[in-house]
This record gives sequence, structure tokens and C-alpha cells, in this order.
Amino acid sequence: MLVPNWTAGQVARFKPAIFLLGLYPLARWIWLGFTDGLTANPPEFLIRSSGIWALVALGLTLAVTPLRRILRQPALVRVRRMLGLFAFFYTVLHLLGWAFWERGWSLTSMWQDIVQRTFILVGMLAFVPMVALAVTSTQGSIRRMGHYWRDLHRSVYAIAALSVWHFWLVRAGKNDFFEPYVYGVVLAVLLLIRVAFYVRSRRDGAA
Amino acid sequence: MTPLRIPHIAPSEITPVAVWQSRRTWLKQAGLGAVALGVGSVLPAWAESGRAPLKATPNPQYWLSNKLTSEKDITSYNNFYEFGTGKRDPVDYAEAMQTRPWTVSVEGEVAKPRTFDIDDLLKLAPMEERIYRLRCVEAWSMVIPWSGYSLATLLKQVEPTSKGKYVEFTTVVQPDNMPGFNDRVIDWPYIEGLRIDEAMHPLTMLVFGVYGKILPNQNGAPMRVAIPWKYGFKSGKSIVKIRLVEKMPVTSWVKTAANEYGFYANVNPGVPHPRWSQATERRIGDSFFAPRVETLMFNGYGEQVASLYDGMDLRRYY
Repeated sequence: MLVPNWTAGQVARFKPAIFLLGLYPLARWIWLGFTDGLTANPPEFLIRSSGIWALVALGLTLAVTPLRRILRQPALVRVRRMLGLFAFFYTVLHLLGWAFWERGWSLTSMWQDIVQRTFILVGMLAFVPMVALAVTSTQGSIRRMGHYWRDLHRSVYAIAALSVWHFWLVRAGKNDFFEPYVYGVVLAVLLLIRVAFYVRSRRDGAA
Repeated sequence: MTPLRIPHIAPSEITPVAVWQSRRTWLKQAGLGAVALGVGSVLPAWAESGRAPLKATPNPQYWLSNKLTSEKDITSYNNFYEFGTGKRDPVDYAEAMQTRPWTVSVEGEVAKPRTFDIDDLLKLAPMEERIYRLRCVEAWSMVIPWSGYSLATLLKQVEPTSKGKYVEFTTVVQPDNMPGFNDRVIDWPYIEGLRIDEAMHPLTMLVFGVYGKILPNQNGAPMRVAIPWKYGFKSGKSIVKIRLVEKMPVTSWVKTAANEYGFYANVNPGVPHPRWSQATERRIGDSFFAPRVETLMFNGYGEQVASLYDGMDLRRYY
């Protein structure tokens, strides 16, 4: 039994709700801020929390394509840009938290951190292409760039891998890998589903 | 090479005036003024925390004029991995830990090995209140009023032999009461250690209380160590065994990640951790937008302890 295909308009109706959900982490921080809930070390809490939520949003963004295929609902693509931009939004907050609380807005100090520490460098390598993706996320860019747009936005796979690596490196010193593993496995599954669909389409095409 | 920098300690930090000023400040903060006057016994603050008072005499030799970190922050933001790796895990789970009966075995290269009951240790020497800075290797810090006495007092009782060159501290293992054991982050039990001269230094303290009350479990009840010039992880909590040994003990963090955590772990702004700088620290309780505080060599205790490391390359022996 097949569910009828959702139209782009039907999917778009959910966008305000998804937008509000995307603001949930931000709202939660504000709530915790007013209720003395940001722990004894609010800067550390906010830097970590924003990093985690950026990863979550990135995972959700990458889940859209597999869901479209599995549910046979191609119109779901209409929510992908918003999810991706939320991943970018929380990544920017994560980065600003580091720049301010860890590095005191000093560019020299930030640069030193980047060149001295692998995990900062890896995080930065994930961030730079993310800027490019955010900037080219407009309808106009998609039109103008044609097939280059698709190629550029495939870098999201590298961004995701670098992000999980960054997280893994952060936890390495504490020998505490449970969460990085969870995110790594989720990411691997999302990528493997793509490979599986690709292989199947090749085989079907050949047959 | 960073030269050994001995920070200048302002005279005001050791004068009696500052002592009494800061004492007044924290008495006000803690709401213990009445007790100081010998009046109070059941104050709301105690009723809330449910912890018994621990009578201790302020020791002006170990006093600071820094603003004290709040009792709430000191007792709810802890690293005690036996209860989990989150900072709130200790306060959330430590209640299950059994702290009575409790004995501490002092053994190894000593003339008179002995197992002490915790209640005997509480009476072994007069309780002193000392204000120490605590600098965590994670680059945050606190200012804490501990109650206890110098570890040397206990060690002298058992008479270390000439073979006792190091001291090894073992933290309790109560798997049923400590959910963190499932994490396998560390090869339990938690082991820490000091060189004998570090252990005999009067600054090295056995701690039984904080803020004028007995230690809460999450801070290492019923007895912990406090070594203020070293990163916090050197100060073992809930100690059950103190062993004098000839060879340098393999401490838990050295075993887990030797490239990140050394045996000495002296606070040193010039030697960065592989994943972050140690030049500055966040003082817990400072306002949201307050800048970080400069970290001092030996956490500001250079005058007292720098000579322990004469001739040592502290970059190598981090």
C-alpha cells in the first residue's frame, strides 16, 4: 500500500514547525540561563552543547535524502536547506563561544590554537567548507551554479566526517568515546544507505 | 624553555588583616556568622545540605584574600569518574557511596604499618581550616576553604623507611554504588601518587571537610588529599589506602594518556596540554563575560614549593 506522494506545498507547511524545533536548543539555553541551570561553568557548557547540537542538526540534514528514498517522498527535500542552515547556525555559535571564552577574541591566539592543536584544526577544516555551503544555499546560487552546486554540496560528507573526528579527538584525552562512537555510527549508516542506493541503481540500470 | 617563574605573592595575602577580612566575607557568604560567635548549631544551610559541621581552626599561614568559590559550585561541579564523566554525575550519584565503616590502610615501606579507622583520623591532629586555590587540568579553578591537616602528620605516625621514596594513594572501589565503573574510562581503582618530599610538604593536606562541614561524598568523603600546586586530578578522593613505595607509582591518568597527563602535573602556565593552553583559567563563579584569569606557576605556591623541583626540566617532567 503506497502513501500518496506529498507535494512540495504539503511538505512546506511543516517548515514553521521545523523552524521552531530548530530553535529548541537556543531556547533551552536561555531558559537554563534564567534558572541557574548552565552548570558552574557556563562557557564550557555552552561551547559543548552548541557543538553537540550542530552535530545533531548535521545528522538530521544528512538523513533527509535516505528518508526521501525509503519513504518514496522526494518532496521532503524542501526541509533540507533549513536543517543544514541550523547545523551551520549552531556551528557558528560553537565557534564564537571558542573565539570569545577560550581565545578572548584574539586572532593571534585563535591562529595559534589552530596550528598547535589537531582537534581545533580539524574542527576548522570542517567549518570552512560549511561557510561555502551556507553562502551558496540560496535558490539563486543553485540556479547559477548548475551542476557545480551539486559537486560543491557533496563536501557535506567530508564536513560530517571531520566533525565526528573533531568530537572524537576532543574526547580522546578523557578516553571517553561513547558519544563520538554513537555519532560516528549514525553518520556511517547515513552514508552507507547512500552507497546501497547507488549500487542498486547501477545494477538496475545495467539489467 | 620557560624559566622557572616564581610569582610575587602580595604581602596582603598573608597579613592578618586580609585574613580577617576574607574570613568575614566568606562567613557572610556561607551564612555561618552565628556559628563563629559560638551561637548556631542548626542553621538552614546545614539543614539543606544535611552535612554535619566540622570544627576547624583557621590557619592564617594558609589563607588567601581571593573571593571564595560558592559552596554550591564546589559541591556540584566535580570530576569523580567513579560516578560518571559528567560534572554533575558526582553530585547526582555519590549519595550511594558508603563512607562508614571506613578504614585507611597506611602500609608499604614504613616501620609501623597500620590501618586507621576514619574516626581516629578525624582526631589524629587538630582540624585546620585552610583556603587553597584548586586548578583543574581542564583550565578552570576554584578557591576552596578545606578542613583537615597536613598529610605529613599521618605519615610521621607510620615512620616511612629510607625505601619509601614515593607515596601511592588508592581511591575506594564500590562498584554497586558507583555507576561510573561501567564506563571503563580508567583501569580502576583510581591511583594517584607523590614523591615523598611532595607528600611530606606541609601544603599537602588530608581533607575531611569543606566550608566548615564534613566533606560531601562528591568531593571525596570521608577523606581526600589536596595538593594545591598541582592539577586537581593529583588530589585523590575517598582514599582507602596510602602506600609508601620505592618506585614511582603508575598513576591512573599516566596509564590512560601519558602524553597528556604527567606524574608531576605541577600547575605550569608555560607547558600547554596537548589539547588546550594552560596559560589562563576560568575562575568558576566569575560572571558570564568575565575574562579568563592568568594561571600562576605552581598555582601561586612557587615560594613554598619551587625548591622541590630545582634542576628539573619541568617541560619534560610535566
